[in-house]
Amino acid sequence: MQLLILTVVLLTLATLGYRLGRGRALASTGGNPRLLHSLPSYHGYYVAMWCGLPALLLVAAWLALEPSVVRMLVMSGLPADVQTLPEERLALLFNEVRLVASFGKAPSTPAVGVAAEQYLSLRQLSFAAMAVVSLVAAVLGLTAAQRWIQADLRARNRVEKVVSVFLVGCSTVAIFTTVGIVLSLLFESIRFFNAVPITEFLFGLHWSPQIAMRSDQVGSSGAFGAVPLFAGTLLISFIAMMVAVPLGLLSAIYMAEYANPKFRAIVKPLLEVLAGIPTVVYGFFAALTVAPFFRDLGISLGLSVASESALAAGVVMGIMIIPFVSSLSDDVITAVPQSLREGSFGLGATRSETIRQVIVPAALPGIVGGVLLAVSRAIGETMIVVMAAGLAANLTANPLEAVTTVTTQIVTLLVGDQEFDSPKTLAAFALGLVLFCVTLVLNVVALHIVNKYREKYD
Amino acid sequence: MTEMVEKSVARTATDTAAARLKRRYAAERRFKAYGIVAIALALGFLATLLITVFSNGATAFVQTEMRLDVTFDASEMGLGDDRSPDALAGANYLAVVKNAIYARFPEVEGRSARRELAAMLSNGADITLRDLVQDDPSVIGTTRPVWMIASDDVDMAIKGHIPRTPGTDGARLSDQQLGWLEALEQSGAVELKFNTLLFTTGDSREPELAGLWGAIVGSFFSLSITLMVCFPLGVATAVYLEEFAPKNRWTDLIEVNINNLAAVPSVVFGLLGLAIFLNFFGMPRSAPLVGGLVLALISLPTIIIAGRAALKAVPPSIREAAMGLGASRLQVVTDHVLPLAMPGILTGTILGMAHALGETAPLLMIGMVAFIVDIPGSPFDPAAVLPVQVYLWADSPERAFVERTSAAIIVLLFFLAAMNLAAILLRKKFERRW
Amino acid sequence: MSLALSLPETDSRLAKVTARDVNVHYAEKHALKHVDLDIRSNEVTALIGPSGCGKSTFLRCVNRMNDMIENCRVTGLLTLDGDDVYDRKIDVVQLRARVGMVFQKPNPFPKSIYDNVAYGPRIHGMARDQGELDEIVMTSLERAGLLAEVKDRLLEAGTGLSGGQQQRLCIARAIAVAPEVILMDEPCSALDPIATAKVEELIDELRENFTIVIVTHSMQQAARVSQRTAFFHLGELVEVGDTEQIFTNPQHPLTQGYITGRFG
Repeated sequence: MQLLILTVVLLTLATLGYRLGRGRALASTGGNPRLLHSLPSYHGYYVAMWCGLPALLLVAAWLALEPSVVRMLVMSGLPADVQTLPEERLALLFNEVRLVASFGKAPSTPAVGVAAEQYLSLRQLSFAAMAVVSLVAAVLGLTAAQRWIQADLRARNRVEKVVSVFLVGCSTVAIFTTVGIVLSLLFESIRFFNAVPITEFLFGLHWSPQIAMRSDQVGSSGAFGAVPLFAGTLLISFIAMMVAVPLGLLSAIYMAEYANPKFRAIVKPLLEVLAGIPTVVYGFFAALTVAPFFRDLGISLGLSVASESALAAGVVMGIMIIPFVSSLSDDVITAVPQSLREGSFGLGATRSETIRQVIVPAALPGIVGGVLLAVSRAIGETMIVVMAAGLAANLTANPLEAVTTVTTQIVTLLVGDQEFDSPKTLAAFALGLVLFCVTLVLNVVALHIVNKYREKYD
Repeated sequence: MTEMVEKSVARTATDTAAARLKRRYAAERRFKAYGIVAIALALGFLATLLITVFSNGATAFVQTEMRLDVTFDASEMGLGDDRSPDALAGANYLAVVKNAIYARFPEVEGRSARRELAAMLSNGADITLRDLVQDDPSVIGTTRPVWMIASDDVDMAIKGHIPRTPGTDGARLSDQQLGWLEALEQSGAVELKFNTLLFTTGDSREPELAGLWGAIVGSFFSLSITLMVCFPLGVATAVYLEEFAPKNRWTDLIEVNINNLAAVPSVVFGLLGLAIFLNFFGMPRSAPLVGGLVLALISLPTIIIAGRAALKAVPPSIREAAMGLGASRLQVVTDHVLPLAMPGILTGTILGMAHALGETAPLLMIGMVAFIVDIPGSPFDPAAVLPVQVYLWADSPERAFVERTSAAIIVLLFFLAAMNLAAILLRKKFERRW
Repeated sequence: MSLALSLPETDSRLAKVTARDVNVHYAEKHALKHVDLDIRSNEVTALIGPSGCGKSTFLRCVNRMNDMIENCRVTGLLTLDGDDVYDRKIDVVQLRARVGMVFQKPNPFPKSIYDNVAYGPRIHGMARDQGELDEIVMTSLERAGLLAEVKDRLLEAGTGLSGGQQQRLCIARAIAVAPEVILMDEPCSALDPIATAKVEELIDELRENFTIVIVTHSMQQAARVSQRTAFFHLGELVEVGDTEQIFTNPQHPLTQGYITGRFG
């Protein structure tokens, strides 16, 4: 709240700077804007920027640094016997201090109470200092920039320079995100592989990540062989593709080659609706309707179908992916040149012969690329499997049994778990790393194929 | 060659050729039918899904209430003569509720029977009375009919979701309770009324008291953060890449990055949020702030790609015309290109937001699965969002939560439909052919 | 009403394709107006005229390729060997097997050279076994004058050939179905002069066994390859006659103007 007020004050100052700068620029030429190098408004922006930017950057830097500085100060104020505690305990203790200070929780020890008070006063002091410093910076910037204003100041060029720096900065966010993903996954995974050998993780056949809460309990080690998860993921994705590829491809072919425009205009958006429904809804549908349906069907056929069968999750996931396959295939099929169709019709081929023997083979690379993208989507899909697939890590190829997947395990390992350093939670990052790598490779390959295909017919 | 011509003439004449042609046309019809069947199956799935959700969830918008004559006895409520707001808030309304239903069925004796009787009313029925008394303290000492919320089992039985024949499988009400229910119904004391709680309260362990308002507010905060972060970032990136960026390795790298980020599974973004935002920066768990940031990173590629497409659609002639008048590159963009591309960018942004609204998995990673009763007051408070609420309720065993979950999905789908409609209308209104 | 000065031949012995009062409408546009034309067996008939004059439209009526265009309406009588092409009983697929077509731009399928040629015979079930199919493919390539150039790489992609070779592959593909009539829609417009010469030579040889209708915008080409020439203008058939007569002694002033390069 205080921060909000400070920001508003700074922004108001910047607005003031804009008006001052504009007015001063006009005044410097006696009210004739034609004598200025840049438009008066650029002079205004110029002053506003000098006023607002340094101050806001200062606030941002302050906010980024403040927590660690405050923490250090608070911790050094703690009694000596507390300071010798191991790192994790210290972290927990500091967390408690924060809770006590922010939410008025009762402190467990007097030392914590003292520290909490110190924490609060430090925070307040820090904020006051930040407010003063940033306001001073803003006012300094404002007065200085206002003095620099004169008719031949290249205000526009300076403003545009800053804007272009801002644009470049924004465009690097995508790169920082990727770097962030890679680093966080890699960093935590390496810690995991220190506890569990990477070979065991990649090739082990047994997965049971339940670790005892205390290290002295028996059977505390847990097992982290991820092969059953990979197998389960592949099984469910395979079932999904068995549903999505034929249905998606055939609908795309019908839409592109047979349907009249009216039919297309109605049905295409309807199919797209399938892609717009949140996955959590599919998960609910799978668990509530589809899984019991398959189980009852199995019973009537004398088969035993698990209530969380891979089949149910896979089929529902396949439905979700249909529009993905169909819209990609539709694009690819319509990109096949009309001359090939005419060539085939001219030889007396029927429409289906033309489609099967000329158009689909011609569009095949694009279709394959699209299917690969769909596979990557199936592998990374989470909510459907979390809600409809099981948790038991069965190593089986039987679609009627329950299997678990990589994404399911990531969610299960992390949900509700506050402890961050156990192999159990770190395993989620290792699984995430595998998931990231696999989908990345699939996407790169698929995009490459699709682009190659586009070039061919463009 | 003449031989071939003869052969062709012979071919058309013979019966085998006719049969072959017939086969080819049969194959043609079959193939066409496959396409229709595929589309019908896909749309059939969609219809089944929607019908399942709507048939399960439609009844959640009404709620069974019971009318009982309630005697607001000050001593039963433990009030004495005190009428201060604090005392009214802390009074014992539960006793009043129980007395009311005991009075309705005076013949019921014995502790267990009476417990069954009281169980027909919701645990939250006393809240109705509290609100009533707080509104108008003069009711104390009077007896008046009051509509109170029934328990979830009664609600389900009235709505026909669980059987009402005693002893059948899945009947959650005992024979006695069914009898009382019948008696109440015959005296017109049971009614379905609009379920205001669904839109005013947060989560609850009791299905009949659980509401969506907390999740709606949580979603609103999250999406606001997402929008504030990813709209400026996305537009700036799109403008840079489309209008300013030199063609070099660095911009290639950015483009490859964006395309790949668009395809990274959302659960991986959740891991990123957990590792960076929560553990590294120490942001609060379960807060819409973090959820919004993670969703912003997920939607960013979508918005950039949509923004670039919209900028590309502005014809170069407009840029050239503005340049020719001596506008700087930035002026060309801000004065001409960006305003013309804005409808397209906004459409893409709305669609990106709609997608973010339905996103669930990454939010589970950053702790937005906690059971939260309070309505969040700011983006820093713990909160649930709509899809997570669906996930949480879907996990609850009570039959009444199936209904609530479906209702939550209906609300979620309603918001999604509204956003998509807005995008379509925007596109229609500003559609331009150059 | 036709502007044609020399009345169409009515010698049914020679006429392979006859058109009587053929009209084509694309939605509102009247693209072909009251065309009467006879196309004789074992001759090359050239259709000439300025762009948009309806010559391609007429060509595409003969094997009903216009069916694929929406809002396209054809009226009048068009017969192939006396059978009404637009009769309900006529099967389009069979019709197109009898009337082959070669397009403006070479459009080989993205398959091997062999499969390109074998495609038609396969769909029409013309070969009883692999040997017969091989024979048809070889003969067709031979007739198209392509065999010598491609016999070592029959299994390579047809799209890898040069433009002229691709167009001859398309011709081979068309004759493999053993059509009676071959329609050619500006078959040389995308080719260089040397490739054009080869294709023209081929057309002349094919005349022996096929009835050929060629649309061309090059009068020299019409003069070189055709025996009869029809001149179209704004959707109407202006004049038809022996090529020599059309080019040396055109009857209609419009034809005269076009031939002498005054417009078009």
